[in-house]
Amino acid sequence: MLRLDRTVITLGGFSLRADFAITAGARVAVMGPSGAGKSSLLLAIAGFIAPSEGRIFCAAQEVTALDPAQRPVSMLFQDQNLFPHLTLLDNVVLGLTAGRPARRAQLEQAEAALAKVGLAGFGGRKPAQVSGGQMGRAALARVLLQARPILLLDEPFAALDQDLRHQMLDLVVQVATQTNATVLMVTHDDRDAARFASHVISIDQGIAHPPRST
Amino acid sequence: MASRTGKIAALVAAFGMGLPIIASLGFLVPHANIAQVTAADMAALRFTLLQAALSAAVSCLLAIPLARALFRTRFWGRRAVIRLISAPFILPSLAAVMGLLAVFGRGGVVNDALLAAGGTPISIFGLGGVVLAHVFLNLPLATRMLLDGWAAIPTERFRLAQGLSFDRKAMFLHLEWPMLRALLPSAFAVIFLVCLTSFSVALILGGGPKATTVELGIYQSLRFEFDLTRAANLALMQTTLCLFAVLVMGAVWRPSGFGAGLDRALRLRGQWLDGFVIGLAALFFALPLAGIAARGLAGVNDLPNGFWMAAARSIFIAVTAAFLATWAALMLALAQSRGAGIWAELAAMLPLGTSSLALGVGAFLALRPLIAPQSAVITLAIFFNAAMALPFVYRLLLPACREVQGSYARLMSSLGMPYWAMLRVVFLPRLAPMIGFGLGLSAAMAMGDFGVIALFGHSDQPTLPILAARVMGAYQMQAAASVTLWLILIAFALFWLFDHFGGRDAKA
Repeated sequence: MLRLDRTVITLGGFSLRADFAITAGARVAVMGPSGAGKSSLLLAIAGFIAPSEGRIFCAAQEVTALDPAQRPVSMLFQDQNLFPHLTLLDNVVLGLTAGRPARRAQLEQAEAALAKVGLAGFGGRKPAQVSGGQMGRAALARVLLQARPILLLDEPFAALDQDLRHQMLDLVVQVATQTNATVLMVTHDDRDAARFASHVISIDQGIAHPPRST
Repeated sequence: MASRTGKIAALVAAFGMGLPIIASLGFLVPHANIAQVTAADMAALRFTLLQAALSAAVSCLLAIPLARALFRTRFWGRRAVIRLISAPFILPSLAAVMGLLAVFGRGGVVNDALLAAGGTPISIFGLGGVVLAHVFLNLPLATRMLLDGWAAIPTERFRLAQGLSFDRKAMFLHLEWPMLRALLPSAFAVIFLVCLTSFSVALILGGGPKATTVELGIYQSLRFEFDLTRAANLALMQTTLCLFAVLVMGAVWRPSGFGAGLDRALRLRGQWLDGFVIGLAALFFALPLAGIAARGLAGVNDLPNGFWMAAARSIFIAVTAAFLATWAALMLALAQSRGAGIWAELAAMLPLGTSSLALGVGAFLALRPLIAPQSAVITLAIFFNAAMALPFVYRLLLPACREVQGSYARLMSSLGMPYWAMLRVVFLPRLAPMIGFGLGLSAAMAMGDFGVIALFGHSDQPTLPILAARVMGAYQMQAAASVTLWLILIAFALFWLFDHFGGRDAKA
């Protein structure tokens, strides 16, 4: 469960209020006009922006003051989700090692995660040598290894065409099911939301409304 | 936790490099006496400023077409040409002067040609020669800075521009000019500073009342006149000059911000003019190098006594100084890019505020009451060489650090990478070409340095440049040429090793 308790996010002259809870395992589409603060909401939950008021809880634990890595949250950004100088395998294994030297068993887990997202045999390639969809898959393989209870997606697939995007959304659902994760995903597209989401949070006029089920 | 470890590492670097410098400068003050500043000292000040400004301006202007041509043109041997034009900045300046003398000096090819054509010979001594030598030595730095600037523009931007059918003018305006505007003032300022404190060029091509620099004056007053007051006066004058120049540099400095690219290869169309520019530059750089080689090869086995010990001493100083400088620069650049605040920047830039001979005078005055300063001269040489290289290596690393930080800070902190893992997994590989270049640059700079050892070193503990100058002074020209050739070979070998391995790592 994720709970935002009278949270206010202030950035520049703009502020966003959120006061709601999301049940564990929900798949939530975060929707609203450009500049409404969809990304800011996710960044606050992930710990990159400190809210100016209110508190954030993940399960029973208050996380408001924690660093991003200390929160039970994994996040995919709009871009730069992979290090270009590392192979896909080395990128994926970071989800387990956080950069410490990888043990053999961890590398095997990373190989297995790559296979689960349909990238068996691609572990030795660099991000520049694969397609955008394959980069997204590799990033999801890392999320799979991180196995955090909350997964935040800030339009990481926005650059892909609709068919590919729907494949990725199905993969997200698959990954989230396997890791039992609650997912929040920013999207502009009603069809994406319909395909993926159990709930929708709409953001408008500085307020993030509580999730309603679709 | 990551940020605290990083801050401690940077603080160690800042204090380790900064405190000895401040202490050395502090010891100058009680020995100086402003009432004893002479007209000759003021003339030295004026000449120093004039030659530095001219050298920097000419180097920057010539670097723009050269870097652009090298960036756009792909041809067989391009890497070799880049190495060639990178050569003079790491060429020990003593050797550069010898090479220029072989081409432009009395009996050199240019004057021989002029005489044969019935013209009047030109003189390489004085202002013109000093500027020529400084352009020869620093044009490569400016070119390399701009070339890296061009290379740092993400390939995707050029593709985007090509896709949008930008013409040359639009491409220049939107992609290249912002980079040049960010880098040119920096290139000018760096070269101006290098030329303010350059020593061996002025030692050989300058001199006399009309062409003496402050740095040369410091050397003469301590080594020959043993006039400690004049030495301290000039050292403080040099420091004031450098500090002022650094402040101006801080004012014109514009950090450049480019997004991260995916390291894809790029194809751009060059022009025939590019080939002409590259050919001309290659000639300008190759002729003096060939001149040294011709003079040096004849006596390459005619080595003076103590040569190998001097070589070992020089290599030890250079490699130790290079690692010290690059390590400190990396810690400080990382801290700065991660928001450490102004102190990391100040610590890295501090050595620019003075010169190696000014520091040498300070260290001499500080140590004299305690021990014979000569006995500490190797340690001092390592430290001062590292200090002098620190700002350059820091400047090389900082934009790359910022780029990595800007692109991957969120990913790194969302993965929870500890400081040392960030260093090992992200920063070292992403920065490898710059680190390799920085190590090579600082090692080569230190190889050719006269610095503190020339100022008050033991005569039986010479480094290679000092040995070369000494045999030259004894008119053993054959031996001088062969020592110089070896000096060049070792400096280039060090640079090549470091730069090569850095570059290869990045592409792997």
